[in-house]
Amino acid sequence: MPSLGADMEAGTLVEWRVKPGQAVKRGDVVAVVETDKGAIEVEIWENGYVQSLVVAAGSKVPVGTTLATLSVGGVPPGPAAPPAPAVRPATTEAGPTAIAAIPAPAPTAPVSGGEVEPAAGPRASPAARKRAHELEVDLVRVVGTGPHGAITLADVEGAAAKPSPAVPTPTRPEARAPPPRPAPSLDIRRAIGAAMARSKREIPHYYLATEIDLEAALRWLEEQNRKRSVVDRLLPIALFVRAVALSAREVPDVNGFWSNGTFRPSAVVHVGVGISLRNDAGLIAPALHDVDAKPLSTVMKELADLISRARQGRLRSSELSDATITLTSLGEQGAETVFGVIYPPQVALVGFGAIAPRPRAVDGLLGVRPTVNVTLSGDHRASDGHTGALFLAALGRHLADPETLK
Amino acid sequence: MIDDTTIDVTVRDLLSGLAPEADLGTLNPNVDFRPVLDIDSFAFLQFIVGLHERLGIEVPEADYAHLRSLSGCRAYLKEHLHP
Repeated sequence: MPSLGADMEAGTLVEWRVKPGQAVKRGDVVAVVETDKGAIEVEIWENGYVQSLVVAAGSKVPVGTTLATLSVGGVPPGPAAPPAPAVRPATTEAGPTAIAAIPAPAPTAPVSGGEVEPAAGPRASPAARKRAHELEVDLVRVVGTGPHGAITLADVEGAAAKPSPAVPTPTRPEARAPPPRPAPSLDIRRAIGAAMARSKREIPHYYLATEIDLEAALRWLEEQNRKRSVVDRLLPIALFVRAVALSAREVPDVNGFWSNGTFRPSAVVHVGVGISLRNDAGLIAPALHDVDAKPLSTVMKELADLISRARQGRLRSSELSDATITLTSLGEQGAETVFGVIYPPQVALVGFGAIAPRPRAVDGLLGVRPTVNVTLSGDHRASDGHTGALFLAALGRHLADPETLK
Repeated sequence: MIDDTTIDVTVRDLLSGLAPEADLGTLNPNVDFRPVLDIDSFAFLQFIVGLHERLGIEVPEADYAHLRSLSGCRAYLKEHLHP
């Protein structure tokens, strides 16, 4: 079970996308795991053949649990062994939390470091699972009424008889009063809280701020968008993401990971982008890969795709674990300046506030320019104010000359 | 000339896709729907792209301001869409 975030302790394996004996190559999606961030497609990093599926679909297991075995390299294994449904230390819970569903909140079962919680039984009985498959009922959306919240045959048949109560359809009429905050946001909030608490506990943060003149950048964007069809239009955030990536290349001490007492600079620049989820459901920061190496138009397209999928709860595991530096832009929500909290094990976070017309000295006279307050939150173990200032200066230079961002 | 109903239905459909939990029935047609529906610049761009896909119209960036309310959308689209 991969760790899909600094705060993640366990995940539910929802679906296998491969079978024993199947050939896989690096980057293939092999399973779907349910976390508080939604249904994440887990990619494999080796080439080889699937030997056996150790954890059965529907099981919730701690991070680090072996999910399947793989024979790496050329030769396919012999007659495929039937998948062993052994579930190693697993906590069961009443009703899994899918990001789109509004289930009852799961009771938290403590699992301390060295202990092994005895598995109280499968989360769904084999009969229930088989029936669910026959009736095309998604187990993730069924609330279990069996012992320890396990899903019974009756639960599956009941769920099949009525449409899923949880997924809101666009045409469903809503109550007049503001809708109550959906339960899944509690899990996200808890997860975010845990991550932020860890960050503040472990990372000695320092903060730098600067105001960047965006007159040239916004004019350039306007000119670009005049020539572009709606489907190719650019937003300022794409410029910000590119500028952060190129500046991180120039000041490597803000780009990488802190682990085992040292800073490990990253050879690549994967920019985490803070994305607010609808309905106050929280903020996640999935990564855009290799932003320093991609042209602006590509970055914009990938960003658009990432934001859509994040809001639908359909991200990939590499997007949740690969960011080497993160950017958060809360200007539209009204904040003038954002002092962010670094996502461990990263060592920096760049915050963008609202773009607004502000008084500025221009050629010795008072003028008004569109500007943005940009901050850098830095890990003082990996860099110091001097380095941070160099990064912000690089950022300012790139945004003043948008041609460098293409 | 494209009729009012098609315009209204398309606009509401696109907006409810972007703000699935919202009650469009109570939305005041004359106010800026962006803060009410929590539609940021990214979602608004998706709306503009949606208009392009459904109604074949390319809205220049300079005209975005006209499309921030339901009534604004109806007036603008009616004017700019031809048979």
